Amino acid sequence: MKANKIILQCEGLTKIYTSGLVRAKSVVGAKNVSFDIKRGEIISLVGESGSGKSTVAKMILRLIKPTSGDILFDGKNILSYDERDYYRQVQAIFQDPYSAFNPFYKVDRVLDKAFGLLNDHHSSEERKDITRSTLKSIGLNPDEVLGRHPHQLSGGQMQRILIARALVIGAELLIADEPTSMIDASTRAGILNLLLSLRKDKGLSVLFITHDIGQAQYISDRVIVMEKGIVVEQGLIDEVFINPQNPYTKTLLASVPRLYEKWEYD
Amino acid sequence: MVVHLLEIEDLKGYYRGTFGVVFGVDGVTLTLDSGEILGLAGESGCGKSTLAELVSGSPPPLLHYEGGKILVDGLDIYSIDKEVLRTEVKCKRMSYVPQASMESLNPVKRIRDFVMDVVKERTGKEPSREEVFRMTGEHLEKLGLESWVLNCYPHELSGGMKQRVVIGISTLWNPKLLIIDEPTSALDVTSQKLMIKSLLDLKQARIIESMLYISHDITSLRQLCDRCAVMYCGQIVETGPMDDIINDPHHPYTRGLISSVVSYDPQGRQKGALKSIPGEPPDLRNPPSGCRFHPRCPDATEACKTTVPPILNAEKGKRECACCQY
Repeated sequence: MKANKIILQCEGLTKIYTSGLVRAKSVVGAKNVSFDIKRGEIISLVGESGSGKSTVAKMILRLIKPTSGDILFDGKNILSYDERDYYRQVQAIFQDPYSAFNPFYKVDRVLDKAFGLLNDHHSSEERKDITRSTLKSIGLNPDEVLGRHPHQLSGGQMQRILIARALVIGAELLIADEPTSMIDASTRAGILNLLLSLRKDKGLSVLFITHDIGQAQYISDRVIVMEKGIVVEQGLIDEVFINPQNPYTKTLLASVPRLYEKWEYD
Repeated sequence: MVVHLLEIEDLKGYYRGTFGVVFGVDGVTLTLDSGEILGLAGESGCGKSTLAELVSGSPPPLLHYEGGKILVDGLDIYSIDKEVLRTEVKCKRMSYVPQASMESLNPVKRIRDFVMDVVKERTGKEPSREEVFRMTGEHLEKLGLESWVLNCYPHELSGGMKQRVVIGISTLWNPKLLIIDEPTSALDVTSQKLMIKSLLDLKQARIIESMLYISHDITSLRQLCDRCAVMYCGQIVETGPMDDIINDPHHPYTRGLISSVVSYDPQGRQKGALKSIPGEPPDLRNPPSGCRFHPRCPDATEACKTTVPPILNAEKGKRECACCQY
């Protein structure tokens, strides 16, 4: 495992949504988006709503097909992988952890079902052991969460369980689409720190999609700024966020509320 | 004696249902004077919105007013006649803009027809279209909107615009007090900034006198509030001038809340790891004994489990902290 190997590469990714048959309307979701993610790297995709962040994520997750452009995972086009094979390596967590669980089942089921994606057969004893040790490794007490229903857990706990699920599968790339926006500020830091430690210990790569500049700055190595489907600026976090070049990035950064400073209006 | 614009004394409001009794707001005292913007901060489930619903005078079905006093401009809203409350207090003295209120616009009516309905309901007379435009003109202008939005349907407007339209309608009768719940949480950073500026403009134009601004986002509270009250578990744990709360938090909960904020810094990434508050917010059906923060508090002692901290007054110019060790 080389440290700086490119794990995912997007080249000229374009998605145009069309609607209607006769007088078709089209909306550009993403246009000519190119970037790569290296192993063990956390990359943030920032932009306002409607900037195409989630469109890019969905294309990487094979949930929608790009209009043009290629996505390569480990050097091969993602569409050439068998679906199960692909999802064993690429997993996602989303904004609303509550909707990822079936409210009628205990949360154990989500973790248990994850084993179905693996090739090796595990006995139920083995599954339990792996589940418990994974939960422990991300700072959850298995006795507190296993055997419960989703409504008995907090958003932070559920988001962690979903991260545990990705770990049980052994994913190498995690697509995190606004994973903390529905979680309280007081527990949000825990999720961010967890992602950082997984990167360090397991070499997990993360595509962190967010509109929160503060979180992007805290967590990532590189940042991609999108506006209306186009990548307007990308680079190392310290370069882009300290010395932004693009006018849009400048406005975006200027509108972020800061804790120790008050805005001045002109 | 000075009459405060809003005076809340030992307010209690509980949710009662098949799930038991939830002590949503459990002993809150605060005052708000004319010209002030008071921020109410805290995690979700700490009772911020419950407090606002109680103050609004029309709590939702399961929420019950259980005691205490709420005086709005000298009128005790739970003892006066409901009709007086509707005609004299609501909209004229106080307006409440709940969370996600932008979804409250009627999707099949143009904004101007919606405003017409509101005016008709309050005045008993149906206004002409010109009157609607005249009435809303200044309010919308201060909110950074032009009058053409009145001709639009809600789906034609962006989230930020809908939010501002709702605020414009809520302030039509120039209420002295505006209670606003999480107006920025569903908005992008650029619209957030615009939103906060609009609220300040409304105050500058004397359309509203003061504001009770509720948000979990302490960085946005920071941008407009003069004073801040931090709520935890249905009670106020710390209050004081906004700057003091940020720069020198006294209560361990406030300290935790502020150190867990991930804030953008143009000078570069912040040094050191972020800290989060351990544990989860407690179940309000069964609040912890003594100081309600003790199970999560890093500095808790044996005494904290039994000693109940005092109820704060949350008055102007006072700095208070409900921690037994402080």
